Amino acid sequence: MYFNSVSELFSMSGHGSYVWFSYGVSALVLATLVIIARRRRAAAEQHIRALVRRKDATTSN
Amino acid sequence: MSISSTFHKWGSPRWFYQFSGRLLPWLAILSLLLLVGGAVWGLAFVPADYKQGNSFRIMYIHVPAAAVAMGAYMTMATAGAIHLIWRMKLAAMVMKAIAPIGASLTFLSLLTGAVWGKPTWGTWWVWDARITSVLILFFLYLGVIALHQAFENRDAAAKACAVLAIVGAVNIPIIYWSVEWWYSLHQPASISFTGESTIHPSMLRPLMATLCGMYLFFGWLLLLYTRIEILEREKNTRWVQDLICGESR
Repeated sequence: MYFNSVSELFSMSGHGSYVWFSYGVSALVLATLVIIARRRRAAAEQHIRALVRRKDATTSN
Repeated sequence: MSISSTFHKWGSPRWFYQFSGRLLPWLAILSLLLLVGGAVWGLAFVPADYKQGNSFRIMYIHVPAAAVAMGAYMTMATAGAIHLIWRMKLAAMVMKAIAPIGASLTFLSLLTGAVWGKPTWGTWWVWDARITSVLILFFLYLGVIALHQAFENRDAAAKACAVLAIVGAVNIPIIYWSVEWWYSLHQPASISFTGESTIHPSMLRPLMATLCGMYLFFGWLLLLYTRIEILEREKNTRWVQDLICGESR
């Protein structure tokens, strides 16, 4: 490691808050994009299942 | 295989869905490895910059976010052109899938740029050519998202978005060369494909990792969102219903 200690890694001689904030927000935004995709996918599947149930109900009568 | 049959295959949402499904795990694993590995490398192991100190470490997320935001826009504009010229439905789905991803990456590049600017230039924001043209890129993405929602008719929305995306592509070379055409606080590109790069190899290697990681991450998200779009639009087809509910029903 370039830094001598973990506390030095966090503080980065004064630049730590800028650097860690940037990485924190980036991780948050990228993770949110994946979570939104998963939710939309689940909603789409649920919608299609309901669609098929309705169709099966009408054709079996 | 002839060109037209290749084109036909690629334009088929069903074929695309099945093909992309095989790519998904590889893209996910490889992109996360490169992004996390490159970030750890850049944050903790690369020596500090002799001028900027440690604030330059923001580069390992700022540059990939900005580069992929621009690459994503060109992909969106190309998909828009393909949709307009050949009326390929899949291209319209790709175009719609890219807009929110591109907007998020542009937002990240603006935000991390501002946070990098504060300790380096002494200001969060300047209205110079590079930063203003990237802000316009952000608004272009938002415009495409808003246009998609403004139309009831799906085809009309796709056409309008394609035109906006293509016209807005003028902004991409402006962003790229803005630091050379106009006076700017923003530093010019340190990586050169034709001449010698002005960045030290020890700093460059982790950047290459996060840059490749971000491109792959974008590819992964693009496939995820396009596949959802396919499911939503083809919900009445037999193959989608069999896929979701099982063929044995």
